[in-house]
Amino acid sequence: MEAIKFSYNVPGDDFTRAGDASTDLKSKLKKMGVTGAPLRNISISLYEGEINLAIHAGGGEITALVYPDKVELYLDDNGPGIADISLALQEGYSSATEEIRSLGFGAGMGLPNMKKYADEFYIESEVGKGTHIKMVVNL
Amino acid sequence: MKIKDIIELLNATNLTPDLDCEKELHSACGSDMMSDVLAYVKDQAVLLTGLNNPQVIRTADMMDMLCVVYVRGKKPDALSLKLAVEKDICVLSTDKPLFTCCGILYDNGLRGA
Repeated sequence: MEAIKFSYNVPGDDFTRAGDASTDLKSKLKKMGVTGAPLRNISISLYEGEINLAIHAGGGEITALVYPDKVELYLDDNGPGIADISLALQEGYSSATEEIRSLGFGAGMGLPNMKKYADEFYIESEVGKGTHIKMVVNL
Repeated sequence: MKIKDIIELLNATNLTPDLDCEKELHSACGSDMMSDVLAYVKDQAVLLTGLNNPQVIRTADMMDMLCVVYVRGKKPDALSLKLAVEKDICVLSTDKPLFTCCGILYDNGLRGA
């Protein structure tokens, strides 16, 4: 069955707008009848990813594919990339600046949270080229 | 406990007077770190925080929270308040510090995770 597709551009220079895509997708999914734990898991994993795009990657693209039984989330950026993915996936590890921490993020929980709330999580990254993440949340 | 009870207990100002204050709440969390709220909190209805940016309201929205209490006299900016109203999240502000607020609410029956 063909998926319903939603696409978002996440700006890298406006922290106040980080979360616009997650808020919009949550609202659309709600209207489509998605509720409870799956809706929350999609919202949190996408929101964490969106924050990462805004504060680490200089912005990026989000694509959500909604199927009857699952939602696939793709986050793509051309940012600095991640040198050590296994280290970045450890809870508490963060490369965030003090400025980002003062905004309530950068506790080293972004990628771990995405992995925790998604049913499937895939990440590819190359230093100097960018990062590509795919998450699947079952409905 | 209802949102209107929190207003009274914390001597708080209701910054979203048009929203429903009769909603029942059973649990809360206090944190200035939104990453931690997203990581460790579930089924909490109230977020108490001293952090003041739109991501507070967005975090509360992602977690399906019903009420945000700004402590230490903090007040949200216009964008945060607009977002809160759109998402039907009650916003309160109190002069009391975070620890005191948590103590008062716990003492009156609200629990953490």
